[in-house]
Amino acid sequence: MNLTSILAFTALTVTFGVLVLLAGERIRRYKGWVMLVASVFAVYWLQSSMPLRNLDFWLPTASLGLTVIVWVTINIPGRIAAREGGTVATRDTLATLTVVVAVVLLVGLTRYTDILITPSRPPDIVSILISLIVVAALAAAAGAAFGRRTGLLSIPIFLIVALFVIFKLDALARSASVVLRTLTGQATDQASALDLRWLGFSYLAFRLIHVLRDRSTGKLKAGALSLREFVSYVVFFPSLTAGPIDRVEHFTKDARSTLTPGVDDMVEGGRRIFAGVFKKFVLADTLAIFALNATNAAQTHSVPWTWLLVYAFAFRIFFDFSGYTDIAIGLGRFFGIKLPENFDHPYLKRNLTVFWNSWHITLAQWFRTYFFNPVTRALRTRTFANGKTLSPTVIILTGQVGTMLLIGLWHGITWNFVAWGAWHAAGLFVHNLWTDYSHRRAARAEQKALNDPSSQPVSEPASPLPYRAGLMGVVNVVITFHYVALGWIWFALPNLDLSLAVFRRLVGAGG
Amino acid sequence: MDGRLSETDQKPRTGGAVLRAALRLLAKALLCFVILNILFALAYPMPELGRISAYNVLFPGRLRLPYGDNPQRAYNVSVLNLNAMFASQEINAGPKPAGEYRVLLIGDSSTWGWLLKPSQTLAAQINRAGLRSADGRMVRAYNLGYPIMSLAKDVMIVDHAMRYQPDLVIWLVTLESFPADKQLVHPLLQHNPDIERSLIARYGLRLNPNDPQFYTPTFLERTIVGSRRDLADLFRLQLYGVLWAATGIDQDYPDRYEPAAIDLQADTTFHGLQPPTLHEGDLALDELDAGVRAVGHVPLLIVNEPILISNGQNSRIRYDFFYPRWAYDQYRVIMEKLAQARGWNYLDLWNLLPMKEFTNSAVHYTPAGAQILAAQLLPRIGQLSRIGAP
Repeated sequence: MNLTSILAFTALTVTFGVLVLLAGERIRRYKGWVMLVASVFAVYWLQSSMPLRNLDFWLPTASLGLTVIVWVTINIPGRIAAREGGTVATRDTLATLTVVVAVVLLVGLTRYTDILITPSRPPDIVSILISLIVVAALAAAAGAAFGRRTGLLSIPIFLIVALFVIFKLDALARSASVVLRTLTGQATDQASALDLRWLGFSYLAFRLIHVLRDRSTGKLKAGALSLREFVSYVVFFPSLTAGPIDRVEHFTKDARSTLTPGVDDMVEGGRRIFAGVFKKFVLADTLAIFALNATNAAQTHSVPWTWLLVYAFAFRIFFDFSGYTDIAIGLGRFFGIKLPENFDHPYLKRNLTVFWNSWHITLAQWFRTYFFNPVTRALRTRTFANGKTLSPTVIILTGQVGTMLLIGLWHGITWNFVAWGAWHAAGLFVHNLWTDYSHRRAARAEQKALNDPSSQPVSEPASPLPYRAGLMGVVNVVITFHYVALGWIWFALPNLDLSLAVFRRLVGAGG
Repeated sequence: MDGRLSETDQKPRTGGAVLRAALRLLAKALLCFVILNILFALAYPMPELGRISAYNVLFPGRLRLPYGDNPQRAYNVSVLNLNAMFASQEINAGPKPAGEYRVLLIGDSSTWGWLLKPSQTLAAQINRAGLRSADGRMVRAYNLGYPIMSLAKDVMIVDHAMRYQPDLVIWLVTLESFPADKQLVHPLLQHNPDIERSLIARYGLRLNPNDPQFYTPTFLERTIVGSRRDLADLFRLQLYGVLWAATGIDQDYPDRYEPAAIDLQADTTFHGLQPPTLHEGDLALDELDAGVRAVGHVPLLIVNEPILISNGQNSRIRYDFFYPRWAYDQYRVIMEKLAQARGWNYLDLWNLLPMKEFTNSAVHYTPAGAQILAAQLLPRIGQLSRIGAP
């Protein structure tokens, strides 16, 4: 989101909030529709320009199409929904479909005007109509195939992951670009992975997977979500581009709330938007001028200045990301939606485990829920032929390495993101070992003291001096921050060689 | 927390009350903002703000005046604030050291060092020679070239630079800086009308003090809002100091560049002037006089800088892209006579460099070209350092 779109969204949400304050229920009841229309428009408006013809229209349409298809997959109206106690209001569904299709057609019709919502002129209206029919057919087929067989929902999850891999893996993205260029009659020799920049797909995919997975495990009942709520949840405009990844049940609870967004919501929303704009457009964009990147990493040869570039990147990425989160949370508050927090002073944490509870919280929670917990649970219950089970250390190591590698790959399928994930996995594992060792040592010392008659009677454990505890806290924060900051080197740079060169330079061992 | 509710807490606030409070707050904030803008416009502290610089404090001073068309690659920004330009230069690092024989190099992009690294410019080559003045001081050259071909710009810079107590000024000129229509063409001159008008008055320059090219900001343009772009540029110049310090890069070096034209157009005109005669009145010689007067008692060496002499198509008509032969030849004669008549230290090095020592322009040299030029200047610096020496 650029400043213009943020200002436009702020104007929309503030106007809505003020009208709700003034007119109360008469306006509030339109909340769901305002959110839906704004979000569907935002999908098109925020999509960046791409060299492939009409792709800036087709990818947003694909986002909406995918959302509708997944909704049909998890919602079989009628008997199942009724049996499971769900509520599917058919009139509401039809109205939602009408509104979504109307917005898509309206955006498409801008082709014939001078006012464009998409970066380039949309395709002709017949192509759009055909695409809508295709989406409807796919939705019907998906509903028929998976709707009554929740055990098969891993297939659409796999398809979404496959799509994710295609868009995130340079080689596949380039091949996809070649295919699309061939279809549009454009020069294939200029195909590039950068041709495919699907706005917000990383977040959209994870919301869809979350819903599909919860439906397959029965956590989410059929018919529990109206189409209007579902579309608004998946492409909610404040969190479309940079999260946070809300949970659907939390989002719909707020969306359904009959409570009018109050003064506190408005004040807090305004404060968060202001703070977010300041973080993103003042602090992050300022730091971006000299934050570590592929160009300046290769050009800098002095140790202290290289450290400065690394620090600048660490703070730049924090202010950038948490700024966007603040803006999203602030915009949401005007609609009475309390989006989850994504950051909690992450650079002031005393160890890496706590850091990962405070950095990109919703993503970490997503992976904890859908990867770490199931994997470690499965490993714990696994018994080998010889009757042995895996040790807790191996289970934790496997879970953490897997989780962190996947978190890395979520950002992009490159060796550098793998290295970034591995860096954090190693840090978390070492921290876990250290914590276990410290606890065991403390327990042994306590036991020894209890067993040794010559020792002083143990009344209360000797508490460390306050200043010493404080100092240790500061040292831990500094160490944790530096571990994270150094990890950003993998994240910021495009290849391992350059990253290693920067590491060498930081210790004065590189040219 | 004492458990008591504040007055605000006790009274439930209605939507209307909050809106009124919010509107009052907005009105107050707006009023403060307007007042601040009016005060800023009245005081218009932009020139003074230019003196505040992180260079020479947090970062080393730049080795040449800031200029950058592509800041993201050059780690450099063009600013039009003369104070800011000098504040970012190494010459502003502090008082002149006692053992320093200070040489200022004034000139255009060739002196500034287009496509040259800071360590390859003419100033750097002079410094590398480790020359000592007649009284034993270390010769230290400062690059005050700026990539505009205009004598008026040179006068503006040298006039400002005299506060840095030079012992010698070397002014590299070329004919392209002399035509009257070139003098005020750059925003640096247009956006500093007060400085330029002061120079016009002091030195009796032929320029029109009310020239429409001068940019005089309106009251609104003098506010913070109106000055936001200039303020942002000043701020960006400071920020790019980090990367300047980290990388030593201050210019966008393209991977490849178009070499200076060798095959030339069969065009004999020069800035609208037709052969056969170039008159003194066609050239801004008054600016040259002004520069000499600005330098005052400090020794000054005027150098006619090397140009590319083409042997390609139409090279019998023209020397290079810039100069038809008739105009350039007569310019050299005029300069020679003028220097003799006025007693100037003048060095005509027009044909010093072979074609291969030019890069993308007929006046931009290679590192080797700069080295050859420096070798020619070093003996003259030594000679001129004897002036006033015990």
